[in-house]
Amino acid sequence: MADFQNMTIERSSVELTKQDFVSDQMVRWCPGCGNHAILSAVANVFPKIGYRKENFMIVSGIGCSSRFPYYVNTYGFHGIHGRALAIATGMKIANPHLSVWVATGDGDSLAIGGNHFIHAIRRNVDINVLLFNNQIYGLTKGQYSPTTPMGTVTKTSPHGTIEHPFNVGELTLGAQGTFFARAVDNNIPLMTEVMFEAAKHDGTSVVEILQNCVIFADKAHEMITGKEYRDENQIHLRNGEPMVFGKNRDKGIRLNGTQLEVVKIGENGITIDDILVHDRYQQDPGIHLMLAKMAPPRFPVAVGVIRSAMYPTYDDLVTQKIQNAREKEKIKTVTDLLNSGDTWEIQ
Amino acid sequence: MVKKVQRRDEIVVKFAGDSGDGMQLTGSLFADMAAKTGLDLATFPDYPAEIRAPQNTLAGVSGFQVRIGSKRIETTGDQCDILVAMNPASLKANLKWVKPGGTIIVDADTFTPETNQKAGFSENPLENGTLGKYYLIKAPVTTLTRAALKDMKLDGKSKERTRNMFVLGFVCYLMSWKPDSLLAYFKEKFKKKPELAEANIVVLKAGYDYADTTEVLPSIIHISKAKMPPGRYRNITGNIATAWGLLAASERSGRPLYLVSYPITPATDILAELAKHKSLGAVVLQAEDEIAGICSAIGASFTGSLAVTSTSGPGFSLKSEALGLAVMTELPLVVIDVQRGGPSTGLPTKSEQSDLMQALFGRNGEAPLVVMAACSPADCFYAAYEASKIALEHMTPVVLLSDGGIGNGSQLFRIPDVKSLPSINPPIAKPNDPEYKPYKRDPDTLVRKWALPGTEGLRHRIGGLEKENITGTVTTDPLNHELMVQLREQKIEKVADFIAPQEIIGNQTGDLLVVSWGGTLGSTQAAVEEMQEEGYSVSLAHFRHILPLPRNTREVLSGFKKIVVCELNRGQFVNYLRMKYPEFSYLQYNKVQALPFTIEELKNTFEKIIKEA
Repeated sequence: MADFQNMTIERSSVELTKQDFVSDQMVRWCPGCGNHAILSAVANVFPKIGYRKENFMIVSGIGCSSRFPYYVNTYGFHGIHGRALAIATGMKIANPHLSVWVATGDGDSLAIGGNHFIHAIRRNVDINVLLFNNQIYGLTKGQYSPTTPMGTVTKTSPHGTIEHPFNVGELTLGAQGTFFARAVDNNIPLMTEVMFEAAKHDGTSVVEILQNCVIFADKAHEMITGKEYRDENQIHLRNGEPMVFGKNRDKGIRLNGTQLEVVKIGENGITIDDILVHDRYQQDPGIHLMLAKMAPPRFPVAVGVIRSAMYPTYDDLVTQKIQNAREKEKIKTVTDLLNSGDTWEIQ
Repeated sequence: MVKKVQRRDEIVVKFAGDSGDGMQLTGSLFADMAAKTGLDLATFPDYPAEIRAPQNTLAGVSGFQVRIGSKRIETTGDQCDILVAMNPASLKANLKWVKPGGTIIVDADTFTPETNQKAGFSENPLENGTLGKYYLIKAPVTTLTRAALKDMKLDGKSKERTRNMFVLGFVCYLMSWKPDSLLAYFKEKFKKKPELAEANIVVLKAGYDYADTTEVLPSIIHISKAKMPPGRYRNITGNIATAWGLLAASERSGRPLYLVSYPITPATDILAELAKHKSLGAVVLQAEDEIAGICSAIGASFTGSLAVTSTSGPGFSLKSEALGLAVMTELPLVVIDVQRGGPSTGLPTKSEQSDLMQALFGRNGEAPLVVMAACSPADCFYAAYEASKIALEHMTPVVLLSDGGIGNGSQLFRIPDVKSLPSINPPIAKPNDPEYKPYKRDPDTLVRKWALPGTEGLRHRIGGLEKENITGTVTTDPLNHELMVQLREQKIEKVADFIAPQEIIGNQTGDLLVVSWGGTLGSTQAAVEEMQEEGYSVSLAHFRHILPLPRNTREVLSGFKKIVVCELNRGQFVNYLRMKYPEFSYLQYNKVQALPFTIEELKNTFEKIIKEA
């Protein structure tokens, strides 16, 4: 793991395995729930990241996703609805030596916790957010969420929803996100890859996982994740590589004027050189935003790391400000403070 | 010219003007000068919520009352001896607070038919005998300020802004103080704009000289030095004292201070003050909202900080759910509520004691926590320190109630020796402790251990779901839930073993026990002590610890024929006492005018109660 830049978090002196993170709790998600695969990916990636096992911290809010901390043997905190990012922010700033992971859902982070979501991202606190997007409130049994597609019939929208859904990537980048990746719950290697990249990124890493709720929104992502659709409707972005997809790897994404378009390589004189090459590190989020918004039927959905731009993190800036003040300011103790400014002696 | 010297024990001065007239600064400078001449003091700022309300209206009047004296000063006083009124509106708004025979100094230039009318005077009050029972000094402040600055190259607005220094200079002369200490102050304040320093100094001297030469001042006042315990002193507001108490607790406990708050009147000064002191290692940040403030503090608490969030009533409401989380996870947390007039937005800049019930009970479920109330500006330091100590040692959220009156008010503060403050020893779990279980408790205190992330061998998970006793495993078992509810309650009750017994000011028995709590100490103590001197059988029990109440509370209440509970709300503490100690009969005296108690109204009430058979 030589490419890990962050030296703040202590690394394990021994090689860890999946077993080091197995919790003694019975996993209580529905059979067939996409969360099982996400849990498996986390258990894969934590030993690979290589931090001391005591330095991992998992925080959650409320919802099916938020039972996550109980199922991984790390320090864990199960918060209240919507507040996982606020709690995680406090943890990371108070102790930058922790690798802080948030398990949250579309309702938890984009509805009741929307404010904390955008502000954590804007500040670029060095935390990793796994946002399980199943487009539904599962734990409360099937109400529409901020990512439910317009018109969907749910328990609280018997005549179809009349709200425009959020696109998680668009919201993240709109809040000046420095890292956004997307994965699907039926592809563990992909989830493991993007989680590893999220851990490497210094700043708020948002990983959207298209997750299937078998009970209340089954097959909500079928057009993207289904076996018969995924080759045509997913494009796995890899840094420095042309954006090619399709069963025969013959389609690509091209920038035409100010817009993206899908083109077929070999048709109308289009060659691989016309295809856009992915640069996840570029500062300008313009192309990243277009990529994050791609959706069927016109486009495949982008998976993999869409954006990973370098910016100072909030926790580093907080630490620096304190260090600077400690070096420069005359007040070193509370006694100095109490005796500073106007004081006088009474005999 | 030689003037008669009048010797006084104490005096109350109020500076009042438009909200842009600089009255808060004038009052603070006056207080600082008094402090440096060795007097005891208390201050009370009284300002509108609007930053600049329309000029010359009653809504825009900003005041700053200072009481100084050679005896112990407990409150800023009911009424003032000297009122400085910079315009008709400030005269109109404050006239009822001037003692009969008191001195009123006005800027006579500002009394025009238009401004008089705006203030609600049908004719010029300086001329029609309205002020007959006062000693009126009509000083042409604006004219004389302009004249003093006529040779200075400053714009008209900047010149006008120094009017407050004219009246300060005038009052300095009246108090027989040389305004020399202010010269250094202005030179420092306007280091980059020496012309402003110069202008302020020139006008200050002009005001002083005017008082010296004019015939209008029959005598000057002299107050001898106060007899105070020896030591090093400073003037301090309650909000600053709160901030410093937290820093002291952090230093003594070795736990880094983490304070994240959202700006809200009248609590913001705590956040702003702490933000200055990063050199003490405190993490002090502004949150995106009140909920983020408390939630990030809970996160910081889990990871080992002395975690604090400060707010006022409306923000405290927003923090309720998260407070329940802190109760459930049994983590140390200090929440400071600098109370203001409510409900809702209420009276943001005025003080009230109406959040007590919210602090005690404003959460879902059975959610007990520790509630304390600071009693005076200087006590805020010790109250914040003790709240932190209890939170850290008993692994519980503590709500510390302050209020706008003591938060913004100031008092002399004898600087303590930090090392002499009681030690703070949080129950931090040791690495690889084989006995560690998240909800295993100390048998005496029922306090669980604090296992900090990063520590080897203590990985565990906690959260808002009910936990199995000892192990912390999530469970809905009915009997376990009942047991955990009781354990959380008993843990808080046991804090009573670690707090000071309730004191009584006066005899332990008598005709009347006055009960008060929090920021009203100055008023109730002054009223009770005056009545004791007059021979009444009256004592005071002023509460600082509200949940749990001190162990001897029943004994304290049992020694008197009558009990009256005084509070700036509709009776929240009295109803809490009725619930806790129903065997006593309680009278109550309540005021919800968002004003402090006057000593006079308290004395009248107590006399009436004692005389009624």
